[in-house]
Amino acid sequence: MTLGEKYTAFRTILIKEFLRFIRIWIQTVLPPVITTALYFVIFGNLIGSQIGDMEGYRYMDYIVPGLIMMAVITNSYANVVSSFYGSKFQRHIEEMLVSPIPNHLILSGFVAGGVARGLVVGSAVTATAFFFSDVQVHNLFVSISVVVLTSILFALAGLINGVFAKSFDDISIIPTFVLTPLTYLGGIFYTIEMLPEFWQGVSLANPILYMINAFRYGLLGVTDIDLYASYLIIIGFIAGLYWFALTLLNRGVGIRN
Amino acid sequence: MTQALTIRQLRKTYPNGLIALKGIDLDVAEGDFFALLGPNGAGKSTAIGIIASLTNKTSGSVRVFGHDLDTDQAAAKSCLGLVPQEFNFNMFEPVVEVVVNQAGYYGIPRALAFERAEQYLRELGLWDKRRVMARNLSGGMKRRLMIARALVHRPRLLILDEPTAGVDIEIRRSMWEYLRRINQQGTTIILTTHYLEEAESLCRNIAIIDDGEIIENTNMKVLLNKLHTETFVLDLREPIDAIPPLAGYRVHQVDPTTLEADISRECSLNGLFTELSRYGIEVLSMRNKSNRLEQLFLDLVDDKNSHRRKGAAE
Repeated sequence: MTLGEKYTAFRTILIKEFLRFIRIWIQTVLPPVITTALYFVIFGNLIGSQIGDMEGYRYMDYIVPGLIMMAVITNSYANVVSSFYGSKFQRHIEEMLVSPIPNHLILSGFVAGGVARGLVVGSAVTATAFFFSDVQVHNLFVSISVVVLTSILFALAGLINGVFAKSFDDISIIPTFVLTPLTYLGGIFYTIEMLPEFWQGVSLANPILYMINAFRYGLLGVTDIDLYASYLIIIGFIAGLYWFALTLLNRGVGIRN
Repeated sequence: MTQALTIRQLRKTYPNGLIALKGIDLDVAEGDFFALLGPNGAGKSTAIGIIASLTNKTSGSVRVFGHDLDTDQAAAKSCLGLVPQEFNFNMFEPVVEVVVNQAGYYGIPRALAFERAEQYLRELGLWDKRRVMARNLSGGMKRRLMIARALVHRPRLLILDEPTAGVDIEIRRSMWEYLRRINQQGTTIILTTHYLEEAESLCRNIAIIDDGEIIENTNMKVLLNKLHTETFVLDLREPIDAIPPLAGYRVHQVDPTTLEADISRECSLNGLFTELSRYGIEVLSMRNKSNRLEQLFLDLVDDKNSHRRKGAAE
């Protein structure tokens, strides 16, 4: 395939993935917006007003970056895992396997679809946040780069989950029992300085903590974690997951007999 | 002559130990309409899966128009279109998108993909359904959608794995006509089917695969000439009580107005009719009891199985 043909193939997967989640926007885009609005009302407004400031910000403003990031993480992951598993389940992944598209483009196409949903939902949640808070963007480059990189990371993780999944149960186990607890314990609602020293150490083993704090730096200018360490962790995970996902596709795990 | 498909010593052993292919060799010439027949579980779909890169082979080689599937995979895949046995498109996409997306995977720009999608959907009678979700199509329409999708990148070799399964006779005949036409236009076609009438009507060459081995690979006419005896069913104008002595013919009575005659290649039907006329028996109509290819297919597979049983007993 020429470079132009490869670009067309990649674009086709991206358009297909984009249309897939936009067609069902009531299931994909609307629920996180409603959930986040409820978080703002309950945790930010009702409970938050009792908590007072955190690291110099109103509690409502302090939780904005974490809630946006939670929506981005969850949706990037969910889009790819459900789309990839669905394409295996209905066997239309074979449309790509019989074609000359190289595996790295199949991988990139699905990941781009996950990133697209992460960004669309992230933008919708950010727009919702402006109704409740007065957040100003402290560093636009950091904000955007962290969101995009985090989205790529979890889209890759979703694809790996999709490769191994053999039933619809398998695509909900990781999000429910791993992703959600790690996200909630990743410092959305608190700074780890509030934790006892031991639990601060344990929290540092949670990669999501680095992403939420880096994004919080981008929006608010405050973070518990060194920004460079955050970038290093995120890029390191992306490289590792990309290699693993590509190896799985090259070997045909879960998709070829 | 250019070979559209060259398979050498192709083997497939599944992780559970099942040997699906035992080192098959196969050549299909460019422009051919080729039948690949075999009973269920014989290895047809495994072979097609390997050719289409959906199944990993254990060993051997596959070349599509000279492009090796291991070393020149993209070029080999570009030459190939596949209509699989099972529906494998996204049921939640509109018909036109199924075809346009497939074109995109081959690097065909979207505007051109829409043009081609229109052409093939019109030719296959699906253009009016282009905005319908694929899941809402009838079985026959879904089969035709898979043909349109397989053709959109204009493959030189089209493989159809039971394309007319579950399709009514009228649509089946129109699909045959369509396949004949694209074959005449230069597309090489490999067909697997359980309708042996279909293979006999469409294909010029044939391979029969059984238990992971090719047991016959020849020209259709040559194969049909191997049939030594055909059974004809004769419908009589008047009922008869018993069959008169008919020298040289094996005839038995099914009911008072129906006879079955086994005619060997050495005998002629004229002789049988003369004999029957001599006794005042008038034949209204006549038909083959079974499809000729079906008879041969069963003979060949039975032969193979009896050899296998004999070998096991020894």
